Amino acid sequence: MTGLQRFTPLQRALHWLMAVLILSMLFIGVGMVSTITPKYLPLIATHMTLGVAILILALIRLGVRRRYGAPSLPADLPVPMQLAAKSSHYLLYGLMIVMPLLGLTMLSAADYPVVLLGGVRLPRILPPSERLHTLLWGAHHYLAFLFFAVILLHVSAALFHALIRRDGVFAAMSPLPARERN
Amino acid sequence: MTPPLLKPGRAALGSLALIAVVVAIAAGAFAYTAGWLSPRRLTPTRLVAAFAPPGGPALGRRRNHVRGVCFTGTFEANGAGTALSRAPMLARGQYPVVGRFNVGTANPDDPDGEVRVRGMGLQITAPGGELWRAAMINPPFFAVATPQAFHELLRASHAKAPDAMAAFTARHPEFAAFGAWAKSAPWTGSYAEEPYNSLDSFVFTNRSGERRVVRWSLRPAAHPVPVPHDALLQRPPDFLEQEIAQRIKGGPLRWTMVVTVAAPGDPTADPSQAWPEDRRAVEVGTLVVEQIQDERDGPCRDINYDPAVLPAGVATSDDPFPAARSSAYRASYDLRTGEEKDYPRTTAEAGR
Repeated sequence: MTGLQRFTPLQRALHWLMAVLILSMLFIGVGMVSTITPKYLPLIATHMTLGVAILILALIRLGVRRRYGAPSLPADLPVPMQLAAKSSHYLLYGLMIVMPLLGLTMLSAADYPVVLLGGVRLPRILPPSERLHTLLWGAHHYLAFLFFAVILLHVSAALFHALIRRDGVFAAMSPLPARERN
Repeated sequence: MTPPLLKPGRAALGSLALIAVVVAIAAGAFAYTAGWLSPRRLTPTRLVAAFAPPGGPALGRRRNHVRGVCFTGTFEANGAGTALSRAPMLARGQYPVVGRFNVGTANPDDPDGEVRVRGMGLQITAPGGELWRAAMINPPFFAVATPQAFHELLRASHAKAPDAMAAFTARHPEFAAFGAWAKSAPWTGSYAEEPYNSLDSFVFTNRSGERRVVRWSLRPAAHPVPVPHDALLQRPPDFLEQEIAQRIKGGPLRWTMVVTVAAPGDPTADPSQAWPEDRRAVEVGTLVVEQIQDERDGPCRDINYDPAVLPAGVATSDDPFPAARSSAYRASYDLRTGEEKDYPRTTAEAGR
């Protein structure tokens, strides 16, 4: 490993920025599909715009992770928790990338133009197809709930490390500057 | 590291409780946002469900305006529209269209002769790929003033209580004007003889950035021939589709697209109120319908004629309907595209 004690400031900034964006995204998503008020249209446009932003940031983040690595998990962390930590992070990274792609391809398959905030129009990336749309729509819909569930798990685990184990795992990604070592 | 005054067990318990509270609040906020805690919220799912005829919706089909026939043709813009909007398909030229004539009912078993409202879905494609979609109907104004009132209307019209409609009309007096139109307006025997009106208002913005609130209409070139309603009831249940398929053999069918500009103070947010007759009206082009195709394998089948799919230079206004329709049409689209087996295509290559 790289011997990092904490994630680099760039990694922490990306993490917390994306935390805000992704949570907003999930709330906007379930909110917009449950309303017929005039809010619906700006919510859809915001959802699509955030989706593209999250996709780009996730790819940048993967690159940064490759470059700088991550601090090691505490050596005394039980093996099941190590496995849970690793697999949930693969899942989170996967969803960050897959969800926007599903959303964009789903819209293309439905022959829907993708118009972002500011009037930016994205090109179509798939031919229209009922069957493809159904598949992609279903995946986008159900994975959104999985995404939220994994985030709840992630938050619980972070707080568990911060409040109960106090093993430095939370401090490694904490948005606050490093406190004195204890 | 444990605070000295607390036993480790109790501190951990408190922390666990704190974690549980955080998760519960987050999950609760999510459920609230999704509408799971608000059984009375008018969601697109509930609005779409309210259309269903007593026997349930026609699976695989649109949840309203369920029966229709596709057409293809051209929109010939005369260029006059560029004074109002920078939409690329209003610049002088010819643009391909895919549309759909339809009857305004959610029940596929309603014969054409019984359905008062006739509609047209229209998609105009600009050379750069920008789309303008519209779903228009033949009444001169809409039945009610708000999407919520429309939901109430659907509920009242399906209600078993004998006084449900009377109670609805009392709450929504604007519906009386629609009732009067339905009773007195002449019926015709053809999709080709009907006007198709946006009813909703939209905002046009031209190259100089001037914004105007407008509505538009497609006015038929064919002269409307009134037919007694009783005579239409004697015709085959799909006589409108048969008639238009026959009629097109005699040559293309035309409509003039007229854009009407609101004056200050006109009710732009309420499609149940027509604007005065003397408003500025600009003829922006001609819709030429050249071919008719069966919907089942036709090019309009997979198009969601969502009125919020608009080119640059056209946007929604303070009219609440386009957003409500966009949301409900999408719910209908998501449902029906997952039910292809209930409305199978007849040719292998059509089924992608």
